[in-house]
Amino acid sequence: MSNIPENLRYSKDHEWIAVDGDVATIGITDYAQHSLGDVVYVDLPRVGDKFGTHESFGSVESVKAVSEIFTPLGGEVTEVNDGLNDAPESVNNDPYEAGWMIKMKMENAGEADALLSAAEYEEYLKASE
Amino acid sequence: MSENELKRTPLNEAHRSLGGKMVDFGGWGMPVQYSAGVIEEHMRCRTSVGLFDVSHMGEIWVEGPDAIAFVNRITTNDVTKLVDGQAHYSVLPNEAGGCVDDLLVYRFGPEKLLLVVNAGTTDKDWDWITAQKRDEDVTLKNASSDLCQIAIQGPNALSILQGLTETELSPIAYYHFVNGRVDGVDAIISRTGYTGEDGFEVYAAADKAVQLWERMLAEGSGEGILPCGLAARNTLRLEAAMSLYGHELGDDISPLEANLGWITKLKKEGGFIGCDAIEKLKESGITRKIAGFEMREPGIARDGCEIYSGDEKVGVVTSGSPAPFLKKNIGLAFLPPELANAGQQIRIDVRGKRLAAEVVPTPFYKRAK
Repeated sequence: MSNIPENLRYSKDHEWIAVDGDVATIGITDYAQHSLGDVVYVDLPRVGDKFGTHESFGSVESVKAVSEIFTPLGGEVTEVNDGLNDAPESVNNDPYEAGWMIKMKMENAGEADALLSAAEYEEYLKASE
Repeated sequence: MSENELKRTPLNEAHRSLGGKMVDFGGWGMPVQYSAGVIEEHMRCRTSVGLFDVSHMGEIWVEGPDAIAFVNRITTNDVTKLVDGQAHYSVLPNEAGGCVDDLLVYRFGPEKLLLVVNAGTTDKDWDWITAQKRDEDVTLKNASSDLCQIAIQGPNALSILQGLTETELSPIAYYHFVNGRVDGVDAIISRTGYTGEDGFEVYAAADKAVQLWERMLAEGSGEGILPCGLAARNTLRLEAAMSLYGHELGDDISPLEANLGWITKLKKEGGFIGCDAIEKLKESGITRKIAGFEMREPGIARDGCEIYSGDEKVGVVTSGSPAPFLKKNIGLAFLPPELANAGQQIRIDVRGKRLAAEVVPTPFYKRAK
């Protein structure tokens, strides 16, 4: 069974979002990394890039395939996880900590409330199986 | 296709119990990887040993007084050069000089050959081969569902398999085979593979597949044997720059374009189907050929990515992937011959970004002898 930490928010695209004030930290869930398989490359945006909700902000590549990653909410990128350049496998080994991808200053902090809770995401995974 | 409609090898349950992630591969339900993951599986095969279920491959027996003459006419390599107990790589050409499939031809005797063809093309090949039969005195038998095939590959493959058979394995030369017994089961033991490593492919009755699979896993446990899925099979063959039908080979691809001139014996007696078309192409000169490349910028070129020289589109990627052992992003591609030389700089369109890459010699990986 997938690891779904209680304290995070989730999107139906299998991203997790940690909200701290008006800053959201974004990564992909344990379920997502498991579906992808061994991650070998993560293509991330630059600090200062602006995205609306549900825009492609980068891609995660496993040996077999590439998957786009979408913003669960709109805002401006304030930090990217450069550590993934040298250790993309962190996305597999530690998706909720070392595998984080970007931090965004949210345009509208209210958007975060519309995201799934851990319980809702777990239900969503069950329903889509 | 729903999972229930997919064809299953005799090892389907075994794959599931090993955590195999099952996918549709040419109509077959096959494990793309197991719980260890593709990188670990790939590395284990390079450094110790990996086990592959390749029972989905097709097997066709050709028997009778004209077996050699018939197979010689329908394949590009020279079957008359084979001796008993020897196999070779070959192509099943069409009239236009393209490839119906690539295959292995095994010679069991002067009147008995075995053709081993790709899984996804087995039905097409069977229809094609039976339709080519003229007045030759041969009997064709599609044994694809009667036989299983398990590949044990890697530097420790020989010592592990030796523990399960009284047949002396080390005297079996590359691309040779013997009839023997593995764990008491009648088997064809063939020193062939699709990984770039030393190893064997073992053919046996389908109902012995589970026994052989489990015994090989048990025998190899001390060496860390891992079952390997289709994903590792693909990255291993790509590092070794071996062709994959549907990628580097196809109905409209000449073996000459796929660098298979070495198994295209245009001068052999009696010729073969499509021989004239291939001869003509050879005279006029090919306009594209398969070449290897390495990415020179971060990013992974995938199958179908377009290749540019300057602003001009000059080619297309046929197989592109990260190479787990080489730790590079590599691929094979069609390029014009004048741009297919090592050192040539190219750009590959990876989802809208034209990334730098360089043509390099193949194979990308060659094991130390």
